[in-house]
Amino acid sequence: MFRIKEYVKASSLEQAYELNQKRANRIIGGMLWMKMGKGKIHTAIDLSGLGLDTIEETEKEFIIGCMVTLRQLELHASLAALGNGILRESVKNIVGVQFRNLATVGGSLFGRFGFSDVLTAFLALDTEVELYRGGRVPLAEFAGRKPDNDILVRVIVKKDDVRRVYLSHRNSRTDFPVLAVAIAAGKDDIKVIAGARPHRAIIVPAEGICIETGKLAEDIHTGVCSEKAIREYAARLSERIPTGSNMRASAEYRSHLAEILIRRGLSALNESAKEERGL
Amino acid sequence: MQIRIMLNGKTITEEVSEDLLLIDWVRSHGCYSVKRGCETSNCGLCTVFMDDAPVLSCSVLTVRADGRRIETLEGLEKEAEEFGAFIAAQGAEQCGFCNPGMIMNAIALFRETSEPSEEEIKEYLAGNLCRCSGYEGQLRGILSFLAYRKGDGAL
Repeated sequence: MFRIKEYVKASSLEQAYELNQKRANRIIGGMLWMKMGKGKIHTAIDLSGLGLDTIEETEKEFIIGCMVTLRQLELHASLAALGNGILRESVKNIVGVQFRNLATVGGSLFGRFGFSDVLTAFLALDTEVELYRGGRVPLAEFAGRKPDNDILVRVIVKKDDVRRVYLSHRNSRTDFPVLAVAIAAGKDDIKVIAGARPHRAIIVPAEGICIETGKLAEDIHTGVCSEKAIREYAARLSERIPTGSNMRASAEYRSHLAEILIRRGLSALNESAKEERGL
Repeated sequence: MQIRIMLNGKTITEEVSEDLLLIDWVRSHGCYSVKRGCETSNCGLCTVFMDDAPVLSCSVLTVRADGRRIETLEGLEKEAEEFGAFIAAQGAEQCGFCNPGMIMNAIALFRETSEPSEEEIKEYLAGNLCRCSGYEGQLRGILSFLAYRKGDGAL
């Protein structure tokens, strides 16, 4: 485990930010991944005294403090129901309740870990992050940035009625995912996120694909999409997902899984629309 | 750094090092039910309650527990004893190493959900690993305890 020389429970974000500018200092979130390291930390900066452990709900959005735990996401009734329960579905296999009572939303997103279920799911929602110095930034943009010394203060998720689904494949139930797929299907657009490739989650580019995404979205939204169209779209889109190999799976296996999970996700969305319309 | 923690109902004030883990601190105070297992925050052996929420004490700095209430199995003796008898009756103990963590988390589940379904039980206890039993005995013990508590009297 890492060693810590000093520990500071920050009394303000300004103090935390100033301390965080030194390379030897680190902000500790849930500390679960960080703990696996062996380095020396001069000053561990704790944000737990700054009231950032709450979920605020307004008419249009959810404002999630960076110290909110993954368990809080699951237990917050209206947030857990957003987008067909995508957040609850994405975190439910992350180790166990005791782990999720410690792991924080801020730590999960700031780390932009390749294995992250949390990043994959939030990318499928209309999400922005609020950085202490950098202000509000779309999560998709933040996910592509290199790590810096800013502080992720809050996560803002806009409410909408877009249907969503989250699927992952794991070698064992509480392990990291071998591959994760999140899909957001609106009236005229479909957004597919691929995570644990094993690299950082990405929004899969659908531009120029031979099947018209708008038409597919419309058909899925009304529950009339054919299985053939779904199969073809899943096959074409999965070709655009760069995958890699690690101890959990090969790149080829991940690419195969990507096609299957996208197909299953789109079929599930189509079926739920069909049921809703009584078709 | 000085901390003040209520451990199993008793307030303790003392100096601790900044990187002392909570598991080592509670064990230094005689709470040997809290065990070190995987070192990767996966096995649930070190489960304690921090302000009533089950957490992995191997992954919490003691300084972070400053001002909080910590409970271990030693502090929940009566609550644990009744439930533990149902686990033992099903022969689910085997080596017994995982039992304290599993009992702690099961108690957390019972406090949160009075009548959990089998699926809810499995999901809640997914973070408690047992290498002997395959979980069937524990599941039977939990279901039997819930039936008993509901008044069915099954054992």
